[in-house]
Amino acid sequence: MALPARWSQKLEASDPADEVMELQMGPSHPASHGTIKFNLKVDGERIADCDVEVGYLHRGFEKMCEQGTWTQCFPYTDRLNYASSCINNAGFAIAVERLLEVEAPERCQHIRVIMSEIARIADHLTCLGMAAGELGAQSVMFYMLEAREMLYDLIEVATGARLTVTWCRVGGVSRDLPADFGQRLKTAFTHLDAILLDCDKLLTRNRVFIDRMAGIGMMSAEDAISYGLSGPLLRAAGVAYDVRKASPYLVYDRFEFEVPTGERGDNYDRFEVRMREMYEARKIAEQAMAQIPDGPIALEDHRITLPPKDRVYNSIEGLMNHFKLIMEGIKVPAGEVYQAVEGANGELGFYVVSDGSGRPYRVRVRPPCFLGMGALGQMLKGHMIADIIATFGMINMIGGECDR
Amino acid sequence: MLIEKLNARFGPDILAAESARGEETIVVSRDRAMEILGALHSEPDFAFNFLSDLTAVDWPERTPRFEVIYHLRSLTKGHCLRVKVGVDGTDPWAHSVAGIWKAADWLERECFDMFGIRFEGHPDLRRILMYDSFQGYPLRKDYPYQRRQPIVEEVDPITHPRRPSR
Repeated sequence: MALPARWSQKLEASDPADEVMELQMGPSHPASHGTIKFNLKVDGERIADCDVEVGYLHRGFEKMCEQGTWTQCFPYTDRLNYASSCINNAGFAIAVERLLEVEAPERCQHIRVIMSEIARIADHLTCLGMAAGELGAQSVMFYMLEAREMLYDLIEVATGARLTVTWCRVGGVSRDLPADFGQRLKTAFTHLDAILLDCDKLLTRNRVFIDRMAGIGMMSAEDAISYGLSGPLLRAAGVAYDVRKASPYLVYDRFEFEVPTGERGDNYDRFEVRMREMYEARKIAEQAMAQIPDGPIALEDHRITLPPKDRVYNSIEGLMNHFKLIMEGIKVPAGEVYQAVEGANGELGFYVVSDGSGRPYRVRVRPPCFLGMGALGQMLKGHMIADIIATFGMINMIGGECDR
Repeated sequence: MLIEKLNARFGPDILAAESARGEETIVVSRDRAMEILGALHSEPDFAFNFLSDLTAVDWPERTPRFEVIYHLRSLTKGHCLRVKVGVDGTDPWAHSVAGIWKAADWLERECFDMFGIRFEGHPDLRRILMYDSFQGYPLRKDYPYQRRQPIVEEVDPITHPRRPSR
């Protein structure tokens, strides 16, 4: 086989002192947990410019949602931020319910809050655990994964799946919490506390960890707002914007919780905000569990939710009802709604447009980490190549959500 | 209430205003869009400092065919607004707001990628989720979701270096 011609080309000599080298990092770099490419211009080890390339995991989420019925979108939403799919499920369900101008029953809303907060803790554990692991704190990573396993077990008993739950429906949720869920929650949270305490001891005042995180990837509050950052990234910069407080949905306005903020907007603040948010999420889940009322878990309006199985199998009306809902979908009146929920990474917005048929006309997701990635190039300028890993880890880019 | 304020401030520039399902929407023309969005961002009465989302919807039967949709939020005042700008289908373009909100940089690139709407004045308008040689604009209604794309030809990165970033 002939060698490529360029191998025999002579390289021109240049002065290494003022040379800016182009370096492509990714798309499958072992230290970046996600398929993403950084087109770097480096001056030695310093980053002069960073162009971030995303889109490697694009599956056409928005296009595919237009092909099926409203209910058939739920499996797609699971695969947005797959570390906290309960939140995505709930967000999409609320958006469609607002289009229908209905509200899910109280018990269902409490269940959604509990599951969203469990998912949020699981997401933060993934983010921090992986980021710590990438910086060399392997034991923290395994501790956090252990804690996350317990939360996934909770999600599993409540929804039947660990990751891709597809558990919300328009107008309700698909199954009630098991009878012993309160007890399970308590046990899991007790273990979680112990693990978080260990991780806190291992990281928060760890010299190496602080040196890698503090002062890196800084972004001022003004810039962060302009770049559309939200969630822990924005709160680390000192802006106390949380969708659960700013425009409450579900029953979040009934619970007491704080919105932790940072001061400098660097990676260390992002770490700390996430760490403190886990305790707040825990508080919300416990309050919701204590206040959860009895009652139905889904609307009993059979233009929206499926009739019970015994009616489907034993009566012609039930069968027809079921058939129409499955084949034609829920008839959502024409209109549009933008529903934002506080995802684990920030403002997760669903902009849904209906033309009155049984299918979505347009489903748009505002992915929080997409905007975070948009600001990454700016955050990295002037830092070292090794700082990419820490900063990227703190943005918590989830390919499924960023690229959709 | 917000709509009354907007009507008082911009008058006939607001082509239509609607308040439905707790959300307020205004429609403005493309020519005046830049000025109005700039004012919404900087005037203390509105102070929409946060661009939540920027996207488009394709309505092939309507004129204008595309709607470019801005979801604005004010983190200081706590109100939200949806601004719609109609964009003609034959040569779709809109003004870039990347100079007002930096978030618009990537959001407009995505909108261009998916709908083929050019954003005039954007610093670096190129595809973002799709690859450069992708043909067509996938979120347009006339793009069938099963369409196959030609295989990307392999190129030698030395003789054909990739397009430099900005």
